[in-house]
Amino acid sequence: MSELHAETVPFVRGTMLPQASPPAAERGLYRWLRTNLFSGPLNTVLTIVALFVLWWLFQHFYPWIRHSVWNASSMAECRAIFAERWGEGAAGGCFGVIRERWNQFLFGFYPPSEYWRPTSAFCLLFLALAPVLFTESRQMRWIVVAVASVGAFALSMLSGAPAPELVCIAVGVVVWIAVIEYAPRAALVLTLVFPFLAVWLLWGGSIWGPATILGGAVIGVVVWRLLARFGILAVVGGLAAAALWWWFLSGDAAADLQRMLPLSLPRMESRSFGGFLLAITIGVAAITMSLPLGVILALARQSDLPIVKAFAVIFIEFIRGVPLITLLFVASLLLNYFLPPGTNFDIILRVIIMVTLFASAYMAEVIRGGLASLPRGQYEAAGALGLNYWKMQRLIILPQALKVSIPGIVGTFIGVFKDTTLVTFVGLFDPLKQLADTIRATFEWKGAYWEPYIFSGFIFFILCFGMSRYSMHLEQRLKRDHR
Amino acid sequence: MTKTVFLGAVAAAAAVLLSTGAQAAEGDTLRAVKQRGELICGVNPGLVGFAAPDANGNWSGFDISLCRAIAAAVVGDANKVRFVPTTGQTRFTALSSGEVDVLTRNSTASFQRDTELALDFPAVNYYDGQGFMVRKDLGVTSAKELDGATICIQTGTTTELNLADWFRANNIAYQPVNIDSNAEGEQQYLAGACDAYTTDASGLAATRAAFADPENHIILPEIISKEPLAPAVRHGDNNWGDIVRQTLFALIAAEEYGVTSANLEELSKSSTNPEVQRLLGATDNLGGMMGLDAEWAKRAIAAGGNYGEVFAATIGEQTPIGLARGLNALWTQGGLMYATPFR
Repeated sequence: MSELHAETVPFVRGTMLPQASPPAAERGLYRWLRTNLFSGPLNTVLTIVALFVLWWLFQHFYPWIRHSVWNASSMAECRAIFAERWGEGAAGGCFGVIRERWNQFLFGFYPPSEYWRPTSAFCLLFLALAPVLFTESRQMRWIVVAVASVGAFALSMLSGAPAPELVCIAVGVVVWIAVIEYAPRAALVLTLVFPFLAVWLLWGGSIWGPATILGGAVIGVVVWRLLARFGILAVVGGLAAAALWWWFLSGDAAADLQRMLPLSLPRMESRSFGGFLLAITIGVAAITMSLPLGVILALARQSDLPIVKAFAVIFIEFIRGVPLITLLFVASLLLNYFLPPGTNFDIILRVIIMVTLFASAYMAEVIRGGLASLPRGQYEAAGALGLNYWKMQRLIILPQALKVSIPGIVGTFIGVFKDTTLVTFVGLFDPLKQLADTIRATFEWKGAYWEPYIFSGFIFFILCFGMSRYSMHLEQRLKRDHR
Repeated sequence: MTKTVFLGAVAAAAAVLLSTGAQAAEGDTLRAVKQRGELICGVNPGLVGFAAPDANGNWSGFDISLCRAIAAAVVGDANKVRFVPTTGQTRFTALSSGEVDVLTRNSTASFQRDTELALDFPAVNYYDGQGFMVRKDLGVTSAKELDGATICIQTGTTTELNLADWFRANNIAYQPVNIDSNAEGEQQYLAGACDAYTTDASGLAATRAAFADPENHIILPEIISKEPLAPAVRHGDNNWGDIVRQTLFALIAAEEYGVTSANLEELSKSSTNPEVQRLLGATDNLGGMMGLDAEWAKRAIAAGGNYGEVFAATIGEQTPIGLARGLNALWTQGGLMYATPFR
């Protein structure tokens, strides 16, 4: 074979070329900027304007935040520190007011020796809610339970709970965790019991007061179960039994039990509630009660029974047609004229009732929206299966309707929680205005204007954002269709 | 026609209900307070020098001291008091509805409040008046030069009405900037949203004292209104009104006769002044004439000192607020504080 063509064999590439990177204009930061910020003349102008606004805001607020002072006991001291550190005329945030008065922003005038009661009640709230809120996600449930239990114990200890109470909290929490783990159905019962526990922790007094009221509910349920085969009679019987117990016996029973086994906490005045303790107490109570009430009202409004329907329509339209402040004024002032003199109808209870009624009217309309979104076929199919009204609602209609209404429901929750600041108009110490104004009324903090707002806004944001994130989590989890 | 009859019946029923409620509340405030063992005072939720809680929730201030003195006289203990913070809108309703026993809440006594609102103002505890504060560099030295100025004014108060009256009377124009609270007013004024800030002179002094640069602000000399701040009680329970009035008078008389919290015990034994003897219950039983015991005034004075001591401790010249006695000096020193004789 001649060597002649050895050099003339055409080139054959044995390997692939490595991929070249895209041209400079089509990659990296440059591309991102071009597609997202400068994709056309209009967007370019908007970007420049937005940058300018951001810079302007930053320039305005950053020095004020950078000059923040925490270690000061009066505005005058803050100003002296500003002048010393940043020169004459410098201004900054005087957050000493938060450092010195944070407890009042959180607890109002609740006595400091009893701070452990609201803090543990707040943490136990999450223990009560975890089995309801995180039914499917075991991991999330345990994270919440763990944080809440450790929080309940640690915060109570930090806020100076006496040793016997601490032991009670520790034992109670461990038992509760065991129930959540091994008897999930019983955990739901504990969740229902929690409101009574919370009322006792917050207001104090003998434990047998709330306990005997709870006993009345238990008696009602037992009578209802015993009479279950008599239909509607069972409900009437149960209600009557509970009412009889509450009316005639529970007071004496509580007194007797207290004599046999004295178990009480120092009683707290409702007037001592303030700040976020007040906002969260009213908010949580109104939120938890307005959901079931709203469901009932929404169903009643769709009912075929004319009286029930008329009642629901009148109630909802009346409450929605009246500003919340009006209802609060009625609760706080007008009721006093009609109650016999000397009646002591707790002001926070009155406010909770009004806020709950207000929220439930809105809730009813949100849920009615969910009900209306279900196709007629769902009702007919449920009927065809032979389900009665309540079973149909419980098994077929409400699960779907509530799922659709989640964003609206949580929106109403957040609205209600923020509306609790309106209690300032009936002389209660809401964290945003009344309490801040009151703290400014001591000469040391006169002129501390923005700091309290920033602090309260921060806490409101955490709580509302938390609710909002939870609703998104729930929507993700319940997503079964429309993928 | 039937409708009107029906509405009339409802109205009549409501009126009966209201009046029986009011009847029951009459005449027995003292009994209710003694039975409760605690006095309920409606107070300002926060006014510098007059009423404010500290970090531990203990209230103090000029109005608070009066409330404590009444509690000491009636219940026997200056700490057996519950303070119910009332807003400007809710204060009189809270009093009429019986939620509070007495309002010690820097409320201006006026004709309409005395008559139409069915309140009684037993005696004035602080004579105030409405003034103006402006920045010094505005170059204004008299309120009459404020023609066309923007003025920050708290809505829903008598100051709002006074302002309108005064400017109309002087035939000059102004532009109101409505604000909701003192804190907001200060902020607006400092931010330059208004040329002048108007409220009671005591409030202006406190506000100015708390500024970073008090020397750049002046309070104009004109006082455009009379603001006699007085405790308020419900119309009709005259004995209770007497107790409130006489407690305040006891504090004023104590200053006049030189009775202080320091020499109180000593004077109650050794004073030779018959008026002091009667005041402190050494002779006669003045307290018995209004359903209290003989030592009521002694306890009231012991609670926080006489009127002058209370003034000095809460809003006087030694405090950062630094108010001069002015109209609130004793009548013997050119002021208006004048207690009727104790006999």
